[in-house]
Order: sequence, then C-alpha cells, then structure tokens
Amino acid sequence: MVDYTPPAKKSLVGPIILGTLAFVGLAVAAFVAFVVLRYLVVQTTWFVPLLVVAGKTLLLLAGLLIFIAYILLADRKIWAAVQLRRGPNVVGPFGLLQSFADFLKFVLKEPVVPASADKVLFLLAPLLTCVLALAAWAVIPVNAGWAIADINVGVLYIFAISSLGVYGIIIGGWASNSKYPFLGALRSAAQMVSYEVSIGFVIITVLMIVGSLNLTDIVIAQQDKGIANMLGVPWFTMLNWFFIPLFPMFVIFFISALAETNRPPFDLPEAESELVAGFMSEYGSTPYLLFMLGEYVAIMTMCALTVILFLGGWTPPLAIAPFTWVPGVVWFVLKVCVVFFGFAMVKAMVPRYRYDQLMRLGWKVFLPLSLAAVVIVAGVLQITGWYR
Amino acid sequence: MSVVSLFFYLFSGVLIASAVMVVSSRNPVHAVLFLILAFFNAAGLFLLMGAEFLAMILIVVYVGAVAVLFLFVVMMLDVDFAELRQGFLQYLPLGALLTAIFFLELALVLGTWQLAPDALALRKAATAMPVDAMNARALGRVLYTEYVYFFQAAGLILLVAMIGAIVLTLREREGVRRQSIPQQNARTKAGSMVVVDVPVGQGVSNEGVFRKDAAGQKV
Repeated sequence: MVDYTPPAKKSLVGPIILGTLAFVGLAVAAFVAFVVLRYLVVQTTWFVPLLVVAGKTLLLLAGLLIFIAYILLADRKIWAAVQLRRGPNVVGPFGLLQSFADFLKFVLKEPVVPASADKVLFLLAPLLTCVLALAAWAVIPVNAGWAIADINVGVLYIFAISSLGVYGIIIGGWASNSKYPFLGALRSAAQMVSYEVSIGFVIITVLMIVGSLNLTDIVIAQQDKGIANMLGVPWFTMLNWFFIPLFPMFVIFFISALAETNRPPFDLPEAESELVAGFMSEYGSTPYLLFMLGEYVAIMTMCALTVILFLGGWTPPLAIAPFTWVPGVVWFVLKVCVVFFGFAMVKAMVPRYRYDQLMRLGWKVFLPLSLAAVVIVAGVLQITGWYR
Repeated sequence: MSVVSLFFYLFSGVLIASAVMVVSSRNPVHAVLFLILAFFNAAGLFLLMGAEFLAMILIVVYVGAVAVLFLFVVMMLDVDFAELRQGFLQYLPLGALLTAIFFLELALVLGTWQLAPDALALRKAATAMPVDAMNARALGRVLYTEYVYFFQAAGLILLVAMIGAIVLTLREREGVRRQSIPQQNARTKAGSMVVVDVPVGQGVSNEGVFRKDAAGQKV
C-alpha cells in the first residue's frame, strides 16, 4: 500500500508578492520604454525616418518572400505541366502550401558541416547569397515612388549587387573542401563574370535612351516618350516600352539573366548529371535553404529588372479607363509573373548547354552584338535626336 | 557625433583592419576575401563623400570582376605562403624603402594641400559643385571632353595589356579537332549523307559507301 500524504496547503503570499513585483516591474519597464521612445521621437531627427524605412523594408521583404513561395510552386507546377505531371498537389489545396512545408522541413533538419570544411566560410556563403540577393530589392520601384531607396545610381546598384552574388557560390564551393563543389564554383565564377559584360552593355543602351541611372526615371521615360507618342497614339503605352525599339537587347538581356542567375539551360555550376549538385553538394538543411532562397530572389530581381528596363515597370499596357484603374503595383507583379513564366518555360524546354558553348555564346555572340548595339543606339540617338 | 561620422569611422576602421588582415592572414583565400571586404568599405567611404557613381563602379569592377578572378587564381594555384615568407628578411630593406617613399609622397601631397600659401583659396575652389550634382553626368562631361585623349590612351594601354596576355597564353595545339559552329551549321543533307540502293544479296560495296565533305568531294 502506498502512503498517501495530502498535498500541503500552499500559502498564497508568495504568488501574490511575485505577481505584484512582476506587475510593478512591467509597469516600470513600460514607463522607461515610453520615456525612451518619446525622447527618440521628439528629440532626435533620425529615429522616425529610421522607423519608417524599417517598416517599409519589413513590408517589402514579407511581400517578396511570400510571393517567392508561390513563384517556387508555380515554377514546379509549370515544369510538371510541360512534362504532363501534376506537380506538388498534396500539401494544402492544389499544393498551395507546399513551399511552406519545404521551408519547415529544411529548417527542422540538422545542419551538417563537413569535418574538413572551412567552417566559418562554409556557413557564411549561403548567408551572403541570401542577404545580397535581398539587398538588391532596396532600390526596385514597384510603383511610382514605392522604392525604399530611390537612389541616383539605382541600375548600377543592382548591377553591382547581382555581380556580388557570385561570391556566395565561389566561397561555398571552395569552403566545402570537396571536388564537385569546387568545380561548380569555378564554372560559376567564369560564367557569371562573362555574362555580366553583356548585361552591362544592354543596360548601357537603355541608359543612353533615358539619360539617367535612376530606376524610377527609366520607367517614367517609357511613359512619356517613345513610339506611341511619335505615332500619335499616346494611350497605347505598350508601344512606348523599350522592348520594341530595343528588341534584340531585350532578348540578349533575358538570356544573359538566365546565365547570371544560374537558371537552366545555364545551370552548369550545379549540373546534377556532371557535378552531383555542384557548389551545393555538401549543403543541407538551413544553409541549403538559404542558397535556394537567394537563387530565387536573384531570379526575381532579374525579372523585376527586365520589367523596369524593357516592359515599362508599373505602367499599364493601355492608358485607357479599365486599365488605369488597376494600381501600378498590380501591373508590376503581373509583368514580373509573365517574365518568370518565360524563365520557367525555358527551364522546362531547353536542354543544358555544354560549357564551351556557354562561353562561346557569351563572349563570341552576345558581347559583339551588344557592343555593336551600343554604338548603333548612340549613333541613332545622336543623328535623329529621338528621345530628347 | 552625427550618423555620417559614425559610418565614416565604421568604414575606415573595418577598412584598415581588413587591410591588415590581407597581409597577415595565413590562408591566401582568406587574404583575398579580406581584400574584398577592404574594397567594399572603400566603396562605403566613396558613398559618404557623395561619389556614388565611383562607389558603384568600384564594386562592379573591382569586387565583381577583378577580385573574382583573383580568388579564382588563388584557389586554383594553392599558393604555399610559408615558402613565400622564407625570404622575408632578405626583401625587408627594399620593402622598407618603398614604404618610406610612398609615405613621403603621401605627406607631400597632403602637406601641399594644407600648407601651400593659398591653400584656403584652393580648397574653396575645389569644392565648387556643379549645378546638377548628378555624379555620372558630371564625370562624363569632363571625361569625354577635356580628358578625352587621356581616356583613349588609357583604353589603348588596357587593350595592349589584354592582347599581350592573350598572345602569351594562347597556344594552337596541333592535331586537335576543334568544333567549328559555322561549318556545322552549313552542313546540308546533300553534303553529308548518301542514299545507297543496295542490291539484294550483294551488300554494300566499298565503292558505294563514302563520305563527302561540305563541297561534295569524296573523302
């Protein structure tokens, strides 16, 4: 038989004192926080703008990340549809929650760092990829005046940030201390540097027409002047967009963007038939997630840049009643989706390039073409005086 | 202390620290990565001075392209730095001399800026800003008008360096079959295949099977 001892009667004094103390403590903390906040808001000039920027950034990041969760799903669904499969359809209705399930899976897995890896750099690489890719979005205007930082050299900033994306891949490949990742890193270094050159020249042709490096100015230039205005149909804004006068540049930019973001058919840094998974071979769990996230954010950046440079940014295709009612940000997102559909279809349809063919395309085809285009566009602008 | 000076000290502190790490870190790859960090902070300093165009160009050109190739080479070469450091004492006098000259020149430049008789007027003249303070436009106006010959000369020097590097490294190996894309694209059905009417029971004679080149000649 077990001895039963009734529980001792608990005194209420302890909890009451504790509760009172906690309450007083909370009240004091709230008061101090209030005083500090009030001081920061009233007395300093930088605190409120900082809060506003932080709020905008959070809003943009949250929107972007949720958008990317569905872009990822769309990518897989389009790929599946081309191959007559269903694609992810289990988690949530029509698989709508698939990306979030994947996210949880990656986060809950154990991160494995190889014993011979350079541990700091190994973990720094995916972080770098992700942070740099997200940083590019600071200057992208999703609507008139909706950029977080509307800087003078916006295009150059995005160009610089996207050219830094290669470091995540090189560092990751090297720090893994393994053959296939290293080969992937080397491939990626050469590939991204090569295609940056033609992207740079394509951007220069647009800049010469606009006369400004500011992204908002580039979009406004496609609103105010162009073919539609010359033909006398200013409501037909679609004709004003730069993809018509600069159509070859548009194509070169699209293909170079594929190479710059390591998308198929140029995904040689991670070519699974040759290099296991390329620079990501040794990665798993959250670091892998960061790599993938960074890659998709970079793809979105390139889509957004295509939209801004060639497809008129947030402007509606026709400046007449039902189209002008739709807010600009919706047009922007729609156009980004259209460009991304192109990315996804290319992935589904085009076989992977061989490495020497990739280099040949970049250096022997795109570089001369875009260089010639810079000269031609400059000459035409100088002689005809269009876009003044 | 304003936010600008806070960032100034942040950037210059990190810049100097990473520059020290470039020469003192044991692993050459780490040294290159610190060099990149140094470039990055230098770009930050440019930004603080309002030279946003230069800052972005510094990142695009040096960090985005030159340093990538540095890193590429250092990773491939597997440099043994312990061996390189053997001759440290031997080269110390030369290094010290170069450092002394460098610092002397730096002191001369800064000294004339500070101590020249009309230093104040000079500094005032130098800070005259163009009306439209657009970096890229202001630079372009000066670079392509007043300094256009120097600009062209610099371009030619770079071109010579590039051609030199290609001439030094290019080697045409004999007996290597290279892919020729124009030739592949120019291939036609007539030039590359033959339909042979094989008589029953006789097979294809050597006479009937042959390859033709693009011009239709038997090979």
